[in-house]
Amino acid sequence: MAELVAVIASTHHPFYYRASTSTGEDRPPFADEWVRKVEAFRETLTKARPDVLVMVGSDHFHQLWLDNMPQFLVGKAPFYDANWYNEEREFGLPRMVMKGQEDLSEYVLREGLDAGFDLAFSNELRIDHSITCPIITLRPQNDLPIVPIYTNIFAPPLPRPKRFVQLGRTIRQLVESWPSDKRVAVIGTGHLSLELGGPRQFGPHGPDPEFDRKAVEWISTGDLDGCCGEVTLDSLHLPGNATHGFMDFMLMMGVAGEGQKADYVDTYDLFHTMEAYFTWYPKGVPA
Amino acid sequence: MSKYLLNKFLFTVDRDPALVERYREDPQGTVEWWESSEANRILACHLDESSTWLHFEDDERTALSTHDYPRLFELGAHPFLTLTLFIAMFERDHEEPLGFQLEYARKIAHMSLPYPDIAT
Repeated sequence: MAELVAVIASTHHPFYYRASTSTGEDRPPFADEWVRKVEAFRETLTKARPDVLVMVGSDHFHQLWLDNMPQFLVGKAPFYDANWYNEEREFGLPRMVMKGQEDLSEYVLREGLDAGFDLAFSNELRIDHSITCPIITLRPQNDLPIVPIYTNIFAPPLPRPKRFVQLGRTIRQLVESWPSDKRVAVIGTGHLSLELGGPRQFGPHGPDPEFDRKAVEWISTGDLDGCCGEVTLDSLHLPGNATHGFMDFMLMMGVAGEGQKADYVDTYDLFHTMEAYFTWYPKGVPA
Repeated sequence: MSKYLLNKFLFTVDRDPALVERYREDPQGTVEWWESSEANRILACHLDESSTWLHFEDDERTALSTHDYPRLFELGAHPFLTLTLFIAMFERDHEEPLGFQLEYARKIAHMSLPYPDIAT
């Protein structure tokens, strides 16, 4: 069976690429420390020596639209083009192409359907910065095949938080039962408190530092009970109007498992939103 | 209320570089053209199989035609779509980094929780 060698949860900050590659007067003062933190985080994936990446993210109204909106969607294709014109325009993100691990996509779809998740699928999926940001930060050589999994944290009605946790648990079971000798890492990105297009946007910190503190504690200690006890679809409006992206962190807590302390935790308090980086090693920390 | 159609306008304009410029320069003309020839297009379907029933309410048409993004927020347009498109049109007019984004926040500072429902 395949081996789950790392579980990684991260924010996906679309400004990292531009900040980290800018020079001279264009380089923002927070860039050097940000790069140092990201490179240390990257090492936690490198050490796990993965062969395949399962990538959990959320389309931001790029390919998925309100005339036909899936709640959970798995890509099944040999390749995925990535990044969109409006992401080049606003964030300076480069166009990319990723290879797909199509047999694992097929397995996740078949077994996921049988496990009670009516997963949508796509055979031609152009993916966006929710998945390319962690490729840029964690695997910039972009040399590993992926299975993209999209969640709807964006267009209500949304699945409830517990459903994200359940899907995370299922993804773990599917990876660990995949008849393959591959080493698999599951990487998911979301947000802590975040406001977009609202009055609290682009402040000097995230819109709700107290929520962020609690969120980091829940994730780093694997406190699913505490997290699920407080977080609801309604409550997520309070820390910021885009905070439903936190449910992708809850999904990753489901992958990591109840009570599992993260082996690596780091945060970076930036303008607009707090960065947060977590890594679990289900089989122990690699030498 | 046709929040879906507001979002469809923002979505289809935002993804097209030429339309972004056209909407910046001529908001009223762009909205009139879009409502008469694009609003009913089902995006994944042949033109002959367009819808027949979609149109803006008056206050929605006015908000789009006047670039009134605070009003779009009040009407329940998806904030991510509005923000992204308006950054594309107007960030260039501001000298300071995040100048437009912070002005945007100030212009909707009167809005308090709960924000208008964005469900479509």
